[in-house]
Amino acid sequence: MTALLHVDGVSRRFGGYLALNNASCEIGEGDIHALIGPNGAGKTTLFNVVSGLLRPTVGKVSFKGRDYTGLKPDRVLTMGIARNFQQVRLVRGLSVVENVMIGAHARINRGILGNAAEFFGFSIAEKAAREKARAMLDFVGMAGKSDLQPDELTLVDQRRLEIARALTSEPQLLLLDEPAAGMNPTELLELSALIKRIRKQGLTVLLVEHHMRLVMSIADFITVLSAGSIIAAGTPAVIQRDPAVISAYLGARE
Amino acid sequence: MLSSYWDSVAVFLGINILMGVSLYIPMTAGLISLGQGGFMAIGAYVCAILTKSDVPFFLALVAGGCAAGIAGLVAGAPALRIRGIYVMILTLGFGEIVRVFFLNFESTGGASGLGGIRPLTELWQVIVACVIAYLMVWRIRHVRLGRAMVAIHEDDLAAEAMGINLTRTKLLSFSLGAIVAGLAGGFYAHQALFIDANQFDFSRSAITFLYVVLGGVSNPLGAIVGAAIVTLLPEFLRVVQDWRMTVFGTMLVLIAVWRPDGLLRAPSLHKS
Ligand SMILES: Nc1ncnc2c1ncn2[C@@H]1O[C@H](COP(=O)(O)OP(=O)(O)OP(=O)(O)O)[C@@H](O)[C@H]1O
Ligand SMILES: [Mg+2]
Repeated sequence: MTALLHVDGVSRRFGGYLALNNASCEIGEGDIHALIGPNGAGKTTLFNVVSGLLRPTVGKVSFKGRDYTGLKPDRVLTMGIARNFQQVRLVRGLSVVENVMIGAHARINRGILGNAAEFFGFSIAEKAAREKARAMLDFVGMAGKSDLQPDELTLVDQRRLEIARALTSEPQLLLLDEPAAGMNPTELLELSALIKRIRKQGLTVLLVEHHMRLVMSIADFITVLSAGSIIAAGTPAVIQRDPAVISAYLGARE
Repeated sequence: MLSSYWDSVAVFLGINILMGVSLYIPMTAGLISLGQGGFMAIGAYVCAILTKSDVPFFLALVAGGCAAGIAGLVAGAPALRIRGIYVMILTLGFGEIVRVFFLNFESTGGASGLGGIRPLTELWQVIVACVIAYLMVWRIRHVRLGRAMVAIHEDDLAAEAMGINLTRTKLLSFSLGAIVAGLAGGFYAHQALFIDANQFDFSRSAITFLYVVLGGVSNPLGAIVGAAIVTLLPEFLRVVQDWRMTVFGTMLVLIAVWRPDGLLRAPSLHKS
């Protein structure tokens, strides 16, 4: 098994606070890899580093063997890493399908002629992008909601929309930050099926999730983060019995 | 036919609409400029100098627009690193730099201004320019560039994470706006027939800002409505002429309190 993503000794400091402390991990290609840990452990910070929104204070990240530390977020996306946001970030003023189409921006480079054609309404590519965005909405279970405004959606649908948007960029690695938050049992089942379908399409998924039943049922591999440090890594069976993990969770619960 | 007086009012209205559109474009991407007067000045001077050397008016207009567009790229570059109020301060400074430059640049008349410009601006040309500018704004909203601009305006961090190139999109929108302002400047010079630096001072930029805020920032028709009100009101109401700035200042306050989105609101913009 080859690793798609390498996180290599990454630390990230906010003022005097060390949110990530020398974290290293590998994400195997084709895996559903879960990243778990108590609140404030640094999971979202790690996502921000991997997606280029934050520069690590120390350490490096590489994708398919290539060091891309410091690359801008839009270039990281084009390289093949897409994400959602724990705090949903949709564009108000654009319809649902237009929000999804944003994900295709980096993928379409039409040059001056193509842009002019698009501008004058002759563009087939524009139509194709819209079709593709609709198909992606179907894929995440949001058929028929294309023309709504994002704030007309339930929070659960907003999360699905973010997944559709990320998928539209045709990533190889998908980062999902707490996609199950606020979902009821049926929706959880749908999400778990969706993540499996995404993997079946050949994508690698890095999943941050507090919902343990979901994590244990779909993850191939689990990395545990606590107070900025990686305290355990292994298969679900191993992690469930790891004393350090159990104490980190019990300690955090109080 | 319109009388020559109303003909001239209509031309200035068209020029003001172009100015409103020039500000509206970067505003869609969240960049608020208080220096549109500077781009207008560049367009006016470049265009006037060229027609004085017998370059055809149309070509001179295009050149003036391009010169302003290039200035937009230059002025926009530092604006990429800053946000909100700082962009306003920076563009305000840019407008002043341009004004002081033309005030002291002897080759274009310096402080005594540039006269003897031929009366080449015609109403139909201005109308055509307005229609094209408006169609452009309307169309941009429905293509990739416009979606990117709206996304940046909403949340530039998320936009960048979704693959939008902030540098390119912001510069492009800034520069497109500057081109339109430069075009307005070219028309202005060949209507006013005399230009000097102080015609393009801060109050020009501020009043352009008023068009857009008054009409509505979330609807491209807003800039047109705003420009029309501000330009035509003094023509119909004598009081407004004498108390120009006071009336407009009051309007701005009232709008800020009662209709922060401007007179026209967004929904008409959303297509089904
Ligand atoms: N931009 C920032 N500036 C300052 N501190 C930050 C910043 N981002 C995160 N932190 C801090 O870093 C720590 C880790 O935050 P992070 O969001 O990565 O945690 P998390 O593991 O995602 O937690 P949760 O499960 O609650 O989402 C927290 O204490 C947080 O307050
Ligand atoms: Mg988090």
